[in-house]
Amino acid sequence: MTTVSMTVNGKSVSGDVEGRTLLSAFLREGQGLTGTHVGCDTSQCGSCVVHVNGAAVKSCTLFALEADGAEVTTIEGMANADGSLGTIQQAFQDYHGLQCGFCTPGMVMSAAALLKDNPKPTEAEVRHYLEGNICRCTGYHNIVKAIMAASGQDVVAVAAE
Amino acid sequence: MPKDSGIGASSKRREDVRFLTGRGKYTDDINLRGQAYVHFLRSDVAHGRINGIDTGEAAAMPGVVRIFTGADFEGVGGLPCGWQVTDRHGNPMQEPAHPILAQGKVRHVGDPIAAVVADSYAQARDAAEAIVLDIEELPAVIDMKAAVEGGPKVHDDLESNLCYDWGFVEENKDAVNAAFEAAAHVTTLELKNQRLVANPMEPRVAVGDYAPGTGDSTLYTTSQNPHVIRLLMGAFVLGIPEHKLRVVAPDVGGGFGSKIFHYAEEAFCTFAAKAIERPVKWTSSRSEAFMSDAHGRDHVTKIELALDADGMFQAIRTETFANMGAYLSTFAPSVPTWLHGTLMAGNYKTPLIYVNVKAVFTNTVPVDAYRGAGRPEATFQLERVIDKAAREMGIDPVELRRKNFITEFPYATPVAVEYDTGDYNATLDKALEVADVSGFEARRAASAAKGKWRGLGLNCYIEACGIAPSALVGQLGARAGLYESATVRVNATGGLVVMTGSHSHGQGHETAFPQVIAEMIGIDESMIEIVHGDTANSPMGMGTYGSRSLAVGGSAMVRATEKIINKAKKIAAHLLEASDADIELKDGQFSVAGTDKSVAWGDVTLAAYVPHNYPLEDLEPGLEETAFYDPSNFTYPAGTYICEVEVDPDTGKVSIERFTAADDFGNVVNPMIVEGQVHGGLAQGIGQALLESCVYDANGQILSASYMDYAMPRADDVPYYSVDHSCQTPCTHNPLGVKGCGEAGAIGSPPAVVNAVVDALQRNGKDVTHIDMPLSPARVWAAMNG
Repeated sequence: MTTVSMTVNGKSVSGDVEGRTLLSAFLREGQGLTGTHVGCDTSQCGSCVVHVNGAAVKSCTLFALEADGAEVTTIEGMANADGSLGTIQQAFQDYHGLQCGFCTPGMVMSAAALLKDNPKPTEAEVRHYLEGNICRCTGYHNIVKAIMAASGQDVVAVAAE
Repeated sequence: MPKDSGIGASSKRREDVRFLTGRGKYTDDINLRGQAYVHFLRSDVAHGRINGIDTGEAAAMPGVVRIFTGADFEGVGGLPCGWQVTDRHGNPMQEPAHPILAQGKVRHVGDPIAAVVADSYAQARDAAEAIVLDIEELPAVIDMKAAVEGGPKVHDDLESNLCYDWGFVEENKDAVNAAFEAAAHVTTLELKNQRLVANPMEPRVAVGDYAPGTGDSTLYTTSQNPHVIRLLMGAFVLGIPEHKLRVVAPDVGGGFGSKIFHYAEEAFCTFAAKAIERPVKWTSSRSEAFMSDAHGRDHVTKIELALDADGMFQAIRTETFANMGAYLSTFAPSVPTWLHGTLMAGNYKTPLIYVNVKAVFTNTVPVDAYRGAGRPEATFQLERVIDKAAREMGIDPVELRRKNFITEFPYATPVAVEYDTGDYNATLDKALEVADVSGFEARRAASAAKGKWRGLGLNCYIEACGIAPSALVGQLGARAGLYESATVRVNATGGLVVMTGSHSHGQGHETAFPQVIAEMIGIDESMIEIVHGDTANSPMGMGTYGSRSLAVGGSAMVRATEKIINKAKKIAAHLLEASDADIELKDGQFSVAGTDKSVAWGDVTLAAYVPHNYPLEDLEPGLEETAFYDPSNFTYPAGTYICEVEVDPDTGKVSIERFTAADDFGNVVNPMIVEGQVHGGLAQGIGQALLESCVYDANGQILSASYMDYAMPRADDVPYYSVDHSCQTPCTHNPLGVKGCGEAGAIGSPPAVVNAVVDALQRNGKDVTHIDMPLSPARVWAAMNG
């Protein structure tokens, strides 16, 4: 066991982990932050995306020890300070961008990383960026719409089905 | 003007807030004090005889609590099958034993052999690697035709690998054959509906718990129907009476059918928790899920369509091989039969139909219901053969469909079901309009100008949903009833809780169900809470699948609410000193007809629980009612889907350029949720058409057992969809007039995509009449290059 320390959602945390403990397991089991989900074992599904030092990372691909000293943000850290939904979260609710909710934390975290680097993405850019996040419920339509809307772009035409 | 609340409003989902903030409570988020973890050692061969399992070294490893093998389950029940099919000779299907852990033989890759329970997952996994197995590998049978033509037997104690040979309607067989003899034209198509894996994003999880003080067992599990699991596991596997067994399915991360069934891991965790007197938790990895979740589809079919010279359908004849896998999953036998044969009329007035299905055991993971379950298989073959017939006879595919449409309702099909309502021309016309089919030629020319081949494909579908009448399904072999329940508990201060057997795992029940009750009573949706997913706090119910939640569960909720309103009116009549026949309820106010006397909903509910001024001699206090609803028929959603593709002639890559769905779901409670359900179904159907396939090699190894190999549809594989549900012919036999929308997208889209690709190739001079799914670039390229 080795002690690992990091800042998670602005709070300093530490815990004893094995070398093989993944960051996803450290967050879920060590910190009780169960919003980060694990949907596969090949780093494909993206349900476990968190931000490590500002970058979107699949937390199942990182050992907890590799995040020693890092600033980590999880879905639990994405709401506004007053507890209301953040812009992307609110857009997901407004545009029905989630159904079962399992992939949702990873989607929101990926979307946040995308919009940070590319504040006005095209539809094609959003779809391409989401290649590492699998959703089985929504058919992606409303996820893409939500992200476009969260970026301040007009999605009314899309909504006119 | 769109409504902002009640039936017809796109109310935003209240459950989203917890999911968007990481506060959902999924089964894997449940951790009980002192819990142990189980890792299943699974077979890595498809077929083998177990000559020995040496757990000695493993049992001594750090953290190991106990190791279980099949021997620990001698005398314990196996996993039951919930549906018995009778074959065309009147004999029951062959039904093999399905032990919790393998006994004697392993029959598919992934078959669990031993279960290591330890203090941590890592310790359990480490110890499992130290178990020494002596397994004599036997020849495996994977191909269905080989399985019934003398291939190795999956089950030594069964006569053969044929589960059943089903004929439907057997009495029509001779007449069908005669119609083919007399037909002006016969179109024949052989096709595969490939094996798929449902792949809800949340892998399955089970946590067993046992209270030695009371003898009560609890199972937390990723299920679409916790009451069904309680009944099957309690009564048939572990012998635990229902009052000593609680099953909880909290937030569940998608199901698509695969979480209907009772699985070995659920029974194991419940059993082991009692054996070691500690909670036992299992969390599936995705790789394990590919080897242990029930798969879907996997039909090989020959369909023939007989037409007269004018293109009127005379008869349909099909022969299907349906893969059951190595064991019978919970509802597996019903899928290729009653959920498939009964749909072979489609939207058309074909007078004679004969469906033959041979269900076959192979050394593969069991196959059961996956989104649509039998209905996608029926629709795919029918709509493909119609398209082929249209091309052979030189009739426009739209017109061939239109001239054969059923136009009068109710309509009794020759395959035992009666459609109550529908308007297939309306959804066809709507789809043609929304898809802008008149603009296709210009788009095709634009595609051609950049070197792409554009094609347009059409599909009309019908499905049977709201599954369904207990008396009927009982005659058909179901070993369960298929009603639904709701208890409406009104609180003193006027808010109310609905406890229902329907289970929400993405469908938005917590939002949509209150819309219905809010409308009935005239109170705010926020005053209504939906409770589900726990056998301890909801009445016996059959759960969520087959697009049944609103049609069946919603109807139970309406009936219970009607009882509430009737009683509340009596209380109001007492308070208003009027006759209850004169009491009207509107906008949450009870009033005496024709007067200005009224009393508010909240005053009546308070009186029910503080019965100071109350007709106690005539009426019990309290305000809580339960209803069970068992429908008289299935519901029959229908519609038309239109797909436009571009095919890259250099690579064979297909891209979906436009996709239009025009559905008739009857009345719609929450349009936003309905559209979302269609979107999701479309992606799964497009995934089947273009990407997904569960592939076995000849030895029974799964070659596509991870997301590296099983091609899930991703955001850039699909377009924005155009969906329309404005054509509404309400269901005539349920109180909401709803038909169900959960499966339509997955049923209606695969034939539309394949028809579009074939269209693109034929327009460019390629004599291609069919390509088996998935239409990967390699397959399309091979087809177009002969």
